Order: sequence, then structure tokens, then C-alpha cells
Amino acid sequence: MIQLELAGENGLILYLPAEISGKNLNQLQQLQQQIRLLLGEQLQELLPSYASLLIVLKPAHQGVLAIKALLEQQLTLSATVSEQQGQLVLLPVYYHNAWDLDLVAKRAGLTTAEVIELHQAMEYRVYAIGFAPGFAYLSELDARLATPRLKSPRAKVPKGAVAIADRQTAVYPAESPGGWNILGLCPTPLFKPENTGTAETLMPFVVGDRVRFQSINREEFLALGGQLPRELC
Amino acid sequence: MSVFVVLKAGVLSTLQDQGRVGYAHLGLTQGGPADYVSYRIADLLLQNQNPSCQIEVSVGGLSLLALTDTVFCVTGTQMPLTINGQPKTLWQSHRIKKDDVIELGFAKSGLRCYLAVAGGFKLAKDFGSNSTVLREKVGGIAGAALQQGQFLPAASTYRPLLWALPEKYWPEFSNPLELGLIPGYQQHWFDESQWQQLCSTDYQVSALYDRMGYRLQGEPLLYQSRALLSEGISYGAVQLPPDGLPIVLLNDRQTLGGYPKPGVVLARHAAALAQRQQGQQIRFYKIELEQLEAHQQEQHRYWAELSMDFRSLC
Repeated sequence: MIQLELAGENGLILYLPAEISGKNLNQLQQLQQQIRLLLGEQLQELLPSYASLLIVLKPAHQGVLAIKALLEQQLTLSATVSEQQGQLVLLPVYYHNAWDLDLVAKRAGLTTAEVIELHQAMEYRVYAIGFAPGFAYLSELDARLATPRLKSPRAKVPKGAVAIADRQTAVYPAESPGGWNILGLCPTPLFKPENTGTAETLMPFVVGDRVRFQSINREEFLALGGQLPRELC
Repeated sequence: MSVFVVLKAGVLSTLQDQGRVGYAHLGLTQGGPADYVSYRIADLLLQNQNPSCQIEVSVGGLSLLALTDTVFCVTGTQMPLTINGQPKTLWQSHRIKKDDVIELGFAKSGLRCYLAVAGGFKLAKDFGSNSTVLREKVGGIAGAALQQGQFLPAASTYRPLLWALPEKYWPEFSNPLELGLIPGYQQHWFDESQWQQLCSTDYQVSALYDRMGYRLQGEPLLYQSRALLSEGISYGAVQLPPDGLPIVLLNDRQTLGGYPKPGVVLARHAAALAQRQQGQQIRFYKIELEQLEAHQQEQHRYWAELSMDFRSLC
């Protein structure tokens, strides 16, 4: 079932059932094609995520309510969707309790070693890239580790922070504000601004790829080019 | 050809064009002028055919040396402007000669000015845009704010007619600001009394405000928070973290986020918010769907009238 809400005077957001599923991932790809055809020159940009698609309109459009009505009438959901498998990307992690590792463990009733084990055990899929360049939303985290976002976001999350929120995990590609629970640091650069062009040359993964985390120690982290943030110096 | 060299960069001066479009799905934010209204008027004043690359001067303190004769203007908040020490008026174009020095002092109220040049500044683009996003290290010169000693090339040597914008159009940034909020996103997660509270609370700009967003302070809006899958964030979206204090997201916002949003502020109000400083008064009011079209028409009228109203200077 498609639901549309306004996202300002120049935007709409399309919602699919609020779940993390390959079905949503594939349906959103098909919906993007339909929307490009329907809106043509009025479309500025499409921004997909797990179960939503933000539709940004160019300033000169026929009116956001008219476009909402058009999409509600014309968009169709395909009944059959195929599962596609992306390439596997390995990301090393220097797990550390300088941030939220102890809190996550305590909340889950686990030891920190068990938290690290569970975080590494899953194979995740890239469901969306956003929030910041190269920030990939990876799902799905083991239910035992599901942790809500911080009540108030941190003003500074260090570059490479590996973090979790609800049943998602991600790596912060650059220092930024952020509300996720930090478990450790990844030394792999996730966004290279000197590279222009396609998603493939900008980032080690694209939407649809698979990701696994691998625990490393401090020496390995430094050897891989990782930089220790203030908290660990 | 370089038209200016930076003598003093000021507190925070960044190159901005109309913003970065088409890369949000890779996580690159929009950027662009925080007060697009003042930015757009600068291009109109100079008769620039396309949205140009301009300098957004935040707080003040920029000083430039002209390397050639050209025409420029400054729009935005009232920062003291001088050419060779002589006070000059904002909101009008000025002829300038080689070796002239332009200086911008510090704003008493408001936050940002736009310094534009005939034809616009011409630099290599990152991902289709000159807009500087410091957090992403893209746009501008090497992804950073302007630095002393940098040379700024311009696109053309075109000499426009000198125009001025009548004073009745000059915006005022020291007064309390009312933000028109278009319901959307998770609007139904907030019941009538919560909407009422949101639209009757006196908020102030907190210490946390920048080109990314403005965090407000005031009576927290308590509501039953639920888990939300991260989703695309529009320019002007109002996000309510569990602490109940709204954050209005602006040009350099994160592209995706998972805090609930009752709606999105009108673009021109978001631009006016970006001119406010800590402690200034902010309120929201709800825009009903029936009013939306009237707001759009009012906008068209505003720009049409303004464009016809420039005064010619000789």
C-alpha cells in the first residue's frame, strides 16, 4: 500500500510498510522509474531509504497537491519482486568502550564481548546511503542489540565511528553530530571527496551490497590508517 | 581572470551557488545560500542570467582587493560596507575599479550577507556545484571557507546597469520570526493538543545554530516517541527528538534522519530563520492545506513585483 505525505511546498514523501525488507528495497527501485516518467522535468531528485522515498520537486512545479493526487492515482506496486544480491564488503572495527559499548551491553544483559560477537555475526545489507556522504544504513542488527537513539544527539561523533540505532548499524564516514550508540571505530575511508563521478568510485559500496564487520586491535587499526580520536589518545 | 584577492576572510565566508542537486542519494547535502532570498536578489540586481556563485559572509569581517574594474553588490543583513573607507549602501550595485578595497564590518542584527559580482565567481565545481559544505569538505576552494590571500576569478567582464532595490523590500532580521509550518511526514503522531502546544510555544534560538540546522529552546513538547526508519529530510523540515525541542533543518542538513517530524517550514521562512542569532524569538503557525496555494501565489507575486521595482542609478 502506497501512502504519500507532504514534505514541504516542494516535496512529497512516499511510504511503504514500515519494515526493513528486500521487498521494499526492490519495490522502491521500480517506483523510482515510474516517478521519473510521470514527473519528467518537474522532478529535482529522488532520495530512497528503507521504506520511504523522498520526492523533491523543482521550484517551478504544478503544485505539490496536484502532484500528490497524480501520484496517488498513477503509481502501482508490482506484485512480484526479485531478490538481488550485491557484492560482499568487509569492514574492520576496533571495538572500544570509550562510548556506548558498556551501555548497550548493560541494556541487553550481555557482556561487551558478547555484544561484539553478535555485531560481527550478522551479514548486513546496504538499505540506504545518506545522512552524510558515504553513510550507509546497514540492516538488520541482531534483535538482542536493538538500542534506541540517544535522547539528545552528540555534537561530535568521531570519524569512522561504528554505531547502532534500533536494528540498524552504520559507520560515520566523517566527524559529525549524531545520535547513534557508538561501539568502536572503522579505519576504512568511506567517502573520498577527491573522486568525482559515480557511486562506485566514491564509496566502497552501493545500495544493495552486503557488509560484514571484523574485529581488529589497536595496532591493526593504526596500521590500516585509522586515526585515534581525542577520546582514545 | 581573477577579480578579487581576499585581504581578510572574516569570521566565516563561504562560496555558495544555488546548491548541489542530484547527489542526495549518495549522502551529499544540498548546501547553497542559507538566505536564498537575499542571494537571489543579488543576482537580480546584477542582471546575472543564472544563479551565480557568490560569497556568503556570516557575521562579517570580509575584505577584498579588486584586481580589475567590475560591478558588485551586497545584499542580506546590514553589515557596514565601505569602498576605500567610504560608506556604501547595501541592496544596490556598485562600480569598482582596480586597486579598490571593499570591506564589510560586523552585523548588529542578522547574520549573513551575500557579496555577488557581475557574471558570478567562476571556479571548478565539486559534484556539479560550487556550494561549500564544510562538514563534507566539498565545494568552494578545496572544500573550505575562504582564506586570506586566495584569488577569486569571475565568469565574465559583463558590465550591468547599476540598479538599487527600494528600501521597502529590505528585510528586517531583528524582529520575532513566525515560521509557517506545512503539516507532513509524521504529522499524525502528534495529537491536537500537541500541535496546539507546538504552535503556541515561544521558542528562542539556542546556542546550537548553524547552516545545518537551528535547535530551538523553550517548553519541551512531550510526546510518545516511536522507532522510525531513517528517511529523506526536506529543506526546512522540523524534527522533534525525544527531548521535545524542535530542530529546523537547513541547507547543510543531513540527507536522512530518524527523528519524527510534524512538518516542514515554508522555504522563505527557513531562509529568514538562517539570519537569526542565539536568543531570538521564534514561533510556529500551522499552514492549512487550503492556504498552501495562496502562499505560492503570494510568492510569485512578490518576486514579480520586486523584479519590476528596481530603481536605475546613473
